[in-house]
Amino acid sequence: MGDNRLVGQNYRTPDLVAKVTGQAKYSEDFRVDGMLYVKLLLSPVPHGRVRSIDTSAAEAMPGVRAILRASDMPAPADVVTDLGETIEANLKGEQALTDEPLYAGEPVLAVAAVDEETAAAAIEAIDIDFEPLPFVVDPLVTLRPDGPNARLEGNCWGRPADNPQAPIDVQEIKWASADFGEVREGRLPEGDAQEEWQFGDLDAGFREASLVLDETFSTANNQHHVLEPRSALAYWQNGKLFVHAGTQSAVQTVASLARWMQMDMEDVVLITEYTGGGFGSRATGAVIYTIPAVLSRMTGSPVMMRISREEEQYIGGIRPAIHGRVRAGFASDGRLLALDMTCVGENSAYEPQGDAGFAGTIVSLLYQPRAMRMRGTTVLTNTPPRRAQSQPGGMQGITIMEPVMSKAARQLGIDQVAIRRVNAPVGKAPFGPAFGDFRPTCTSSFLVEALDRGVELFDWPTRLARSGQRSGSKVRGAGVSVSTFVAGSTGFDGLFVIRPDGRMYIQSGVGNLGTESFSDVHRVAAEMMGIPWDKVEIAWGDTSQNLPWTCVSGGSQTTHAMTRAAHAAASDAIAKAQQIAASVLGGNPADYRCANERISDRSGRSMTLAQVAQRAVQMGGRYDGHELPEDINEFTVRSAEALAGEGLMGVARDNYERDGTTFAFVAGFAEVEVDVETGDYRILDYLAVGDSGTIIHPKSYGGQILGRSVLGMGHALAQKTVYDQHYGLPLATRMYQSRPPTILDVPRNMQWDAVDLPDPETPVGAKGIGEPPVAAGAAAVLNALSAAIGDDLFQRSPVTLDTILMALEHGQAMQEPLTAHI
Amino acid sequence: MATVRDVIPPFQLLQPSSLEEAVELVADRRDDAWIIAGGMDSLDWLKDRTKRTEAIIDLSQVDELRGVRELDGGLEIGAMTTLTDVAESPLVRERFGLLAEAASLVASPQIRHQGTLGGNVSQDTRCWYYRSGWTCYRAGGNTCYADTPSAINREHAILHASRCVAVSPSDTAPPLVALDAQMVIRRGERERVVEAADYFVGPDLDIMRMTVLEPGDLLTAIRIPSTWSGARFYFEKVRDREVWDFPLVNVASAIRESGGRIEDARVVVGAVAARPLRLTAVEQGLAGQLLNAQTIARAGEVAVEGARPLRYNGYKVPLMRNLVQRAVRGGPLPASA
Repeated sequence: MGDNRLVGQNYRTPDLVAKVTGQAKYSEDFRVDGMLYVKLLLSPVPHGRVRSIDTSAAEAMPGVRAILRASDMPAPADVVTDLGETIEANLKGEQALTDEPLYAGEPVLAVAAVDEETAAAAIEAIDIDFEPLPFVVDPLVTLRPDGPNARLEGNCWGRPADNPQAPIDVQEIKWASADFGEVREGRLPEGDAQEEWQFGDLDAGFREASLVLDETFSTANNQHHVLEPRSALAYWQNGKLFVHAGTQSAVQTVASLARWMQMDMEDVVLITEYTGGGFGSRATGAVIYTIPAVLSRMTGSPVMMRISREEEQYIGGIRPAIHGRVRAGFASDGRLLALDMTCVGENSAYEPQGDAGFAGTIVSLLYQPRAMRMRGTTVLTNTPPRRAQSQPGGMQGITIMEPVMSKAARQLGIDQVAIRRVNAPVGKAPFGPAFGDFRPTCTSSFLVEALDRGVELFDWPTRLARSGQRSGSKVRGAGVSVSTFVAGSTGFDGLFVIRPDGRMYIQSGVGNLGTESFSDVHRVAAEMMGIPWDKVEIAWGDTSQNLPWTCVSGGSQTTHAMTRAAHAAASDAIAKAQQIAASVLGGNPADYRCANERISDRSGRSMTLAQVAQRAVQMGGRYDGHELPEDINEFTVRSAEALAGEGLMGVARDNYERDGTTFAFVAGFAEVEVDVETGDYRILDYLAVGDSGTIIHPKSYGGQILGRSVLGMGHALAQKTVYDQHYGLPLATRMYQSRPPTILDVPRNMQWDAVDLPDPETPVGAKGIGEPPVAAGAAAVLNALSAAIGDDLFQRSPVTLDTILMALEHGQAMQEPLTAHI
Repeated sequence: MATVRDVIPPFQLLQPSSLEEAVELVADRRDDAWIIAGGMDSLDWLKDRTKRTEAIIDLSQVDELRGVRELDGGLEIGAMTTLTDVAESPLVRERFGLLAEAASLVASPQIRHQGTLGGNVSQDTRCWYYRSGWTCYRAGGNTCYADTPSAINREHAILHASRCVAVSPSDTAPPLVALDAQMVIRRGERERVVEAADYFVGPDLDIMRMTVLEPGDLLTAIRIPSTWSGARFYFEKVRDREVWDFPLVNVASAIRESGGRIEDARVVVGAVAARPLRLTAVEQGLAGQLLNAQTIARAGEVAVEGARPLRYNGYKVPLMRNLVQRAVRGGPLPASA
């Protein structure tokens, strides 16, 4: 590859200057002639039905152009995935507008007017009356025998027992009064679970255990708090819909929009060069984007929908809170022999999130229990939509489990790192339940190496020596946490053209949500081709620009999936270039190598890639994209056809073998200082060490690992949702009230490092890193807190100073561990 | 009629350019105009359409209302002086460091650049029921939603609640009360001077106001007499986040000592009641006492006598006690203790 080393090097990403100079345009920054503006009417009730509505006064207002109701929206349609599977539409799923709102703040109707002042005044001129319906904003309340349900039909999603193939529907689940017997003692009830699996001999594990703990811990509901709210601009031109909106995935959002609008993908164009964060909340856009699209069709004018911060708090999404209870049996050396885990997840009344079940899967990998039973139940409440949030399920499961590991280490007299080391997954470690004799495995784990690196870099022995030591009003604590999550998918397409001008034009279908993977992953292809980065052009962020079918940028898939796709496309182009070179210069194709913008063999035969591109156009066929691989996605086919004839085309689907499921790991180390007179505490220092294979771009890797650590720290420090249970209404409706972490709440000199060992099951060796830092950031802080002030003083996160101060004052935990949204 | 919590409705914008013009406008338009200093509190209300106005009197062009001046050995600070300017003023820092400290801990840098001292002491409460537009006592209704069995009242009052349990959110108010500051109020031609301790009103006095300001009144300046210059000062704010957060409890004190004995003291606590609470019983208990562990402990205990916590704010009692002890001690429990 000559001196064209790109993988593992820092560089200037193509979006950098625009972002730091403010030139970058987000969806709300666009202006189009004749644009109308939208305001939404949000539900004032947690559950109700529109009983009567009079919009005549609003419609009569000058400047009001249209009023959009739920009945004007396209009905939910079935989905055919890119694997060809049909997913039937969930008629009870979340829509852009509804006449039966299931949470306070849910959009009921939309007004389009010539300006926002008129649209807002028109909303106020609408006379609307809601029939109040039963509601609940606490999962344990709805599980009680007499508890209210979030929907008229029930309080959970499921399938009838006699027909497990039926589509999911709303059902009712209630637990017996007797199940709630230990709630007062802060223990989670354990009624019949919706989902249950088991492996190993649980009873034997508990019998052999030297220590058995029974712990309950609750994580919080947490909004995503993306900086760019779900604003969107839409207009129609010649039958095509153009949408400007933020999303995590450029290409796959076209599929979503087409499905929501019941249109062909060819007729939808998405412009999304910059997105102000996603964190899982808009993996493939948001259904709310259909509002300006439909209003624009109705009015014949472009329509801008600006979403306010309060609206974003409602529609933006929430990580599901999980109440967890863990009975864990440990051998005297800390080995986890038996783990009995129960999780109750809180869902909105819309599509179910799998967090409560997946929490157990992640825990089973991370701590390798010899035997485990997992019981998960997810119930519906009248609160905003739950959406995947960085490390969904895993974050909560680890946050529930980590305090148990810390407490066990203290009771067994084992070092905190040692107990995690002895239970750590090594190599191709198994996870989840067995299927017959087979248990799935991860592709690789170097968590032990990450822990060992962290011990050294964090100077763990020194921190440990002062942990729990008090000086005046201050006491310090040191904590460690391990973490993991899935880190890569497979099977997507790469596409680029090297033109006769010698430049490489790469098509990127990745969403630009701030991780830089939209550009980073293509460094692999440029390096393989031997083309310097300054001769690479990346097309991204506009789906009319002939982009290939691309993974969703969620669940840390992209770096893994799209470096594979880039590798496949580059391998395709190299093979073509070799054949062209051999046909022009003679010799054996396999003897040719690409480097320094040329293709050459050792005998001195050589031509430039510009010449190869020229030749590819002359040869046509598969060389310049006139013939395409049969296994690429139809979306890629259309794009490649449009680019055919421009030069040497690299186009291929990632068909590389993979043995196992890809997971990344993190070891996090925190030191905190608690002020026992106020209960306030500071994170003094933090280190995260990643194991996610080969690092593609160190700067964006560092940004991911530390940024997501901060997200996790926020879950430990102060961030939460707040509801008044009697009224079912939210109280923390603004950012300052729900308190995501600020830059001043986290250590100034946080450090990161990585073991940087390639994953053996992917050609580039790279895995994603977005998810696992989150739980490590949260749980390392919680563990450091316990090390400082003692076990059993808190049972829920976030841990705010009132919890600490009251516990210290009374010598015992004083909080309500199982009340939701406080 | 339906509600929408976005977009400030149209209003008439009045921008006086001199103090006299401002005073006149405020008097003339006392029934329909809303006075805006930095706008950090007001714009929230207006954008939420929870409170409305026909006209806004924007004071940002009135230069006479800005700046820190020496006055009779003390200081006079214009009501429109930004919190950043208060925090960075050499005069304030040198003589009344606790006020500079308090101003530097308000909200965030952006808010301190825009927010003013006059606005900070005149702002409305942050009770989230009231701010969300619930028709509580303070909003003219007949109940307090924050004081019910299901209410989330972690940030509410433990003292002097009277139907309403909202608290004063100001960080600069406790230092000003501790310094015996005076609020200069113009009403037409008439200027009156109100002691800072009397400027703030609790719900027992008026449940719909936080200060004595009435329509037609304009707070023009805050005077800090030389009385406490040279005393030992203390200010501390406890909050959930290190920036962009209101106080859970804050404390301000000024203590004069001689030969290890306390001569005189001012101790004021914020965010525990609807107004900053000057703790006169604590002050009286401190006068003449030796500054020792017993005196410090006693001050904290006296401070919280009569506190009545709600379901979720019991922590404010030990927090207030400990902060008062720190104020008297002059800092956190030292390492040698």
